[in-house]
Amino acid sequence: MVEKTFIKVRELAVSRGGFVIFEGISFDAMPGEVILLRGPNGAGKSTCLAALYGALAPTHGLIDIHLSDENRSTRELIHVIGHVPGVKTTLTVRENLQFWADLYGSAANVENAIDAAGLHPIADSDASILSAGQTRRLALARLLVAERPIWILDEPTSALDKQGDAWVGNLIARHSQKGGIIIAATHLDIPNVPAEKIKTVLINGAPA
Amino acid sequence: MRAFWAVVKRDIKLATRIGGDAMTVLLFYVMVGAIMPFAIGPDKVLLAKLGPAIIWISALLSLLLALDRLFRTDHEDGSLIAMSQAPLPLEMIVTAKILAHWLTNALPLIAATPLLAILLNLDAGQTLLVIFTLLIGTPALVCFGAIGAAVTVTIKRGGLIAPILILPLSIPTLIFGVSALSTGAIETAASSALLFLAGFTLLALVFTPFATALALKMGAE
Repeated sequence: MVEKTFIKVRELAVSRGGFVIFEGISFDAMPGEVILLRGPNGAGKSTCLAALYGALAPTHGLIDIHLSDENRSTRELIHVIGHVPGVKTTLTVRENLQFWADLYGSAANVENAIDAAGLHPIADSDASILSAGQTRRLALARLLVAERPIWILDEPTSALDKQGDAWVGNLIARHSQKGGIIIAATHLDIPNVPAEKIKTVLINGAPA
Repeated sequence: MRAFWAVVKRDIKLATRIGGDAMTVLLFYVMVGAIMPFAIGPDKVLLAKLGPAIIWISALLSLLLALDRLFRTDHEDGSLIAMSQAPLPLEMIVTAKILAHWLTNALPLIAATPLLAILLNLDAGQTLLVIFTLLIGTPALVCFGAIGAAVTVTIKRGGLIAPILILPLSIPTLIFGVSALSTGAIETAASSALLFLAGFTLLALVFTPFATALALKMGAE
């Protein structure tokens, strides 16, 4: 499904109100690769991700998302998990995920996603009782029901404990093994992914 | 269509569960209508004459009350970004949200109209006519409201600005809605007003999804 999908970014720059947020970002993301965006707070990692998924027009540069399947649009290939979780607190965990599965038209099994996120014991509870970490797990479980080859993740491990970090690491590793592309703004080191599959992109050249 | 109905179903669930707005809007509608006789006085003839207009104004104000939340909660909790990544075009998602909003906010108002009609001394014929015009006219009010809500979704206190944007757009619907209730010598005028009202609603239904989706996309940038 994803063999021929790749992303090419060249000299990407975004300015807002005459202020250059970042510039000169170039990288290639091939199937199975994990691109880690690193940089200090305010360096423009989230802005860079927003430009990549098309929510923001870059001031300069090129983003070429090459699609493996011409019948699918870019938005059918990319899934984004941002800072805000997109979780409805008055719906149950299962209802939240079922909605996303229906909306994305995927055949993914909602129960498997709930199990994978470790939310099975509270699947029928309102999402309002979830802790911040559990809410983040529920948000990330959306990746499993959306079944998109390209993942764009903004601080996916925020609010998660060490176990949660490991879970996200494994989630990314498994997606990479299946040939998916992951672009993430995170300080997490991804285990179980060969080093040659991981590329680190420094935003504004400032190391984390 | 599975995705379209998923949005409708979810929004209905959200509106009708605890913390939803549907009940608040309904209570507001009945209360606005019910306090009018106190302001106007116990003149039954005058009340019956003003009744349809009072009901329309109450419906308009009640719908304005709920509109701010049409996109705001989805914008704030990140659902809107996630929804915009669905294969279903944003225009269709907006249409589904408008449909759910009408079903959970406008339809209960219409159902509660007989109660207001009794308070305002309307006879059965007039009551039925008011219900009929509300059925035809409220979709347009919700549509215009959706545009206003989408334009102001990124403004922190947009809830106060949206009604100012929406009210002028709602004037034609209000004029034709109330004119359609005229009886007697100007019955022909009333039926043309009804046709205009229906025309306005159809026009709103066609253009709103595009205008609203465009406003949401621009807001996301």
